[in-house]
Amino acid sequence: MAIFSVYVVNKAGGLIYQLDHYAPRADTEKTFSFPLDLVLRPHDERVVVAFGQRDGIRVGHAVLAINGAEVNGRFTADGKDVLEFLANPANYPVSIRFGRHRLSSNEKLMLASMFHSLFAIGSQLSPEVGSSGIEMLETDTFKLHCFQTLTGIKFVVLADPRQAGIDSLLRKIYEIYSDFALKNPFYSLEMPIRCELFDQNLKLALEVAEKAGPFGPGS
Amino acid sequence: MSRQAGRGTESKKMNSELFTLTYGALVTQLCKDYENDEDVNKQLDKMGYNIGVRLIEDFLARSNVGRCHDFRETADVIAKIAFKMYLGITPSITNWSPGGDEFSLILENNPLVDFVELPDNHSSLIYSNLLCGVLRGALEMVSQGLSSSETEIRTTKVQMAVDVKFVQDTLKGDSVTEIRMKFIRRIEDNLPAGEE
Repeated sequence: MAIFSVYVVNKAGGLIYQLDHYAPRADTEKTFSFPLDLVLRPHDERVVVAFGQRDGIRVGHAVLAINGAEVNGRFTADGKDVLEFLANPANYPVSIRFGRHRLSSNEKLMLASMFHSLFAIGSQLSPEVGSSGIEMLETDTFKLHCFQTLTGIKFVVLADPRQAGIDSLLRKIYEIYSDFALKNPFYSLEMPIRCELFDQNLKLALEVAEKAGPFGPGS
Repeated sequence: MSRQAGRGTESKKMNSELFTLTYGALVTQLCKDYENDEDVNKQLDKMGYNIGVRLIEDFLARSNVGRCHDFRETADVIAKIAFKMYLGITPSITNWSPGGDEFSLILENNPLVDFVELPDNHSSLIYSNLLCGVLRGALEMVSQGLSSSETEIRTTKVQMAVDVKFVQDTLKGDSVTEIRMKFIRRIEDNLPAGEE
């Protein structure tokens, strides 16, 4: 049972807080000899596997590191283009780490704003008046829960589909926000939350919720 | 409405005298700094506003009240839940206007002024003006327009106006403290999705 991440979105749709609590590690590192039997192609700013899935390396996984050094988008740590590097037989044998790409903070900002817009569209499409918007989005690998307060702040939690008690966790996060963020006089409303106490208490609350497991918190 | 156990704030029951003294120190310092009663009133209102915009989230997080659909519900929630939660008093709601957009909160006793007497040279000071600001700030955040106005004190950027003003004040010799709240307009922009 795990809670993967927490996002807090302000009234205008901007991301003001984000926490990655648990990321399932699905990286695979393997040594390859020339020629590479995986088909790689560039995608956005990364190099991803297009074909040739094997041994835990799935289509869509990105190249994360070459010979232990993390790649920088499409370039290796020393500035060479990854695809060129891997096309040169002189560089082999090479050890490459593949895995799911982690979101950068810019991407998270964009996704949060997009979610905010989708939320608004969702409430407008609703056949009922005064809809509370998107409350849950379910996929086979995670569930996204969202709670919008009467003041327009949204608390979004991504968790394992079997994790229960997320509703009360969302309310608890609202309380923690109203305590440690709002009662801090040096925190300005709608701005990114940079409060230690908020972080600490949020992590504690997540741990309590996780320990409770699939039956929800005891009390 | 009480705090969750184990948060470490369970034992923090503060002495209300300390609260009265703190508020008193605040007002007297403002009087020294500004010298003019009108300016002090303005500052108290501003401070109250900043408190109100934060306090509303605390109130919503703890009390779990849903959205109020009309001004009467709002009045009920303010008097019976909010005042009770934060000041320990329950004002009564009276004097509804025929249009249902104005009402009065009657406070038998006001914890802010427990031991206070207003001197003659501060006759136009609204001692508890912080409360007006708090009410205004809190309601503005849940898209019910409220703005404290005492003649000229109207903030320019809000296009809605709900008047919150003291009509009677025990400090000025009246028998009760009366706060009049008048709903003027709802803020239409910046509404959270799903509210219309």
